[in-house]
Parts: sequence; structure tokens; C-alpha cells
Amino acid sequence: MSYLLDMVWCGEHEEDRSARFINDRVHANIQKDGTFSVVPRMRGGVTSPAELRRIADVAEKYNVRMVKITGSQRIDLLGIKKSDLPKVWADLGMPSGQAYTKGVRMVKTCVGTEFCRFGVQDSTATGIELERRFENLYTPHKFKMGVSGCPRNCAEATVKDLGFVGQEGGWQVVVGGAAGKTVRKADLLITVATTEEALEAAALFFQYYRENANYLERSYDFVERLGIEKIRKETVYASPEAKQGLLDRLARSKAMAKDAWQEGAQPVHPTQFIPIEVPEAALK
Amino acid sequence: MNTTRTRRWTPVTEAMNVPPREGRLVIAGSRQVAVFNLNGRFLTIDNACPHKGGPLCDGIVSGTTVVCPLHGQRFDLETGAPVLASQPDCLRTYPTRVENGILYICFEPE
Repeated sequence: MSYLLDMVWCGEHEEDRSARFINDRVHANIQKDGTFSVVPRMRGGVTSPAELRRIADVAEKYNVRMVKITGSQRIDLLGIKKSDLPKVWADLGMPSGQAYTKGVRMVKTCVGTEFCRFGVQDSTATGIELERRFENLYTPHKFKMGVSGCPRNCAEATVKDLGFVGQEGGWQVVVGGAAGKTVRKADLLITVATTEEALEAAALFFQYYRENANYLERSYDFVERLGIEKIRKETVYASPEAKQGLLDRLARSKAMAKDAWQEGAQPVHPTQFIPIEVPEAALK
Repeated sequence: MNTTRTRRWTPVTEAMNVPPREGRLVIAGSRQVAVFNLNGRFLTIDNACPHKGGPLCDGIVSGTTVVCPLHGQRFDLETGAPVLASQPDCLRTYPTRVENGILYICFEPE
């Protein structure tokens, strides 16, 4: 319900926070012992020495029990107390990776033309741009992406909800792939010549999925249910008006979207992150 | 048992610190309980789910029940009883009231 209202109102509504799962109330993933995991956004899986130092400092300062490289080319800090979350986010100085929610997770990339001997497209820069355009948005189920700089497909883009596979002179845009509970090779949405065209095709599919999938329906079930032909006709081969409508509604949602970890500094409720402690004196 | 004896009420916090339809963890010495605000009616149960110790304070409230965030076990906040018979253990409930905006819980033995 929270998702549907957000989809319709694009954030211009007052939300009942109590309807959210705990992960979406404190913006972290609850673990078996009641602590949380923290995954900062690391666009395209690209980081820097400065970020890595901050992450290492946070891991030591808060006695993080495990520092784990995730399958999404990011770093997971596991075993963090709910009351420490705002301080951890502030010390990291990085945005939320949304690893706990039904939303845009990440864009996995290979190194691409910048370093790879075989690369034919700039997969890292394209992946980072793709992540920037969709980050902080919510989806019917989690949404993972990948960008590979050549058909060797090192970023495994063909088993992502949305992927780009670099070709000589263009990109294949593929959708509905999976390598989770089921394994499904993504369907080809369209082949385009330029990166901007690929990003637009991605935006059309992304918004179409946001508007038309059932809640908790992954893209691989969605694509299979509707069929790729119908999806093509209603996205990349739709009328200019229909395409513009999808892009406008996506832009409206994006304009309202913000990094959830900003709530660390401005909690929506005074006890959003902290337990209530009864003073010793009151217990005597 | 003398039900008319005066209970010992412990002042816990301002009631506004527990938002509507949400729970909050209350730490009282070595005891951890979860207090819930059912639109102005406050109810308190043990915080640890008897299944795997999940924090019930973080569960979603549905009617007068809470759903454990770890594995979906559901408990009645009024009685502490599990909603499904597959979970046999009952949680302790704690008498709770609000006076002049302050939330009081009775932690005395049952």
C-alpha cells in the first residue's frame, strides 16, 4: 500500500510510516540477532581510497562484526546497533545503497574501455550514470542492474533486472534477467547506437515496470507474464506521447526522491532509532 | 490473589515517544519489553520473540497483534498469546497506562 500510494502521488503525500517493514523505517537490513547491516551506495562498484578509509574507520569505531564484499560490488558492514545507524551514516558520508528495500539496488559494471583490452563501451561511466538516474527510487520488488562493456559480459548484465551489453558501435538493452531463486536469461528490449539512447530505453522500461508490475513481482516474472513483445510496444516502440508520459512521471518521482539516510540527521520521530531507557532511579 | 492491591507503576517515558501503530523497545534494568501504541491505547509485552529471539518492538502492528520482523510469528498484544498454534510459547504482558502524558508500566511479578 505504501508503495502504491508513492507510485500514484510521487511522494506528494503524507505517509503512514507504521505500515512499513522495519527495514524501511530505519533504512537498514535487520539481521537474525536484531542488529542491522549497512551498505553505502558505491555507484557502478567504483570506490576510492578516501571512501575505503572512512569505511575502515567506521568498521573499527563501531566494532562491526563482519565487513563483507557483496555480490553487488559493494561493501556490507554487518552487526550494527539500530541506535548507532545515524552516527554510522554520518561518519561514512556516503548515501544509502538501498540494500534493505524494494527499490533500486545497484549497477554492477566491468572495467570497460577505460582499462580493459577487450572493452568496446565505457561500462563504468555508463553504469554510474544509470545508477545516478534511478537511485533513491522505489520499485515493486528489488531492482538490480548491470552494464558490461563487451559481449564477454563480465558484469553478468544478462541476469539482471535491467542490463546493458556493449557491442561494437552500440548497446544491447536487456530486461527481465535473474540469477536468484530462478535463473533466467534477460530478453532483448532494443539495440541502440548511443549511450543516451540506451539510458532512455532503460528509463522507459524502468518506469513501465514501476507502474505496471504487481507489488512484489520481480522483473523476470513481470516480463514473462506480459511478454517482451507487448513490453517493447508499450515502451521503446510506443508513441512519442506515451514515451514522454513515462519519462515525465519518472522525472516527477525522481525530483521528489531523496537519500533515505538523510533521516539520520533529521529523524521523522524522536525515537526512530533509539530505545527508551528507564532511569535507574525510577526502577528502585 | 488480591486483585485490588495497589500496583507499583514505573514512569517510563513521555507517551508521545511511542508513535501511533508502532512499537518501541523499553530497557528497564536487565528487562527488555516492547511497548505499542494502538492509536492511544498502550500495550506492553516481552520484547524477545520466543521463536528465535526477534525484536518484537520492530514488528508491524496489525489490529491488536504484532508480527515478528524476523520470521513472521504473530502475537496478540492483549494476551501475549501466539496467533497460530504452531508457536506454543506465550509472551508475558505488562499492565500499561498513561497519565498526564507519561507512560507507566507495571513490571511487578504477575
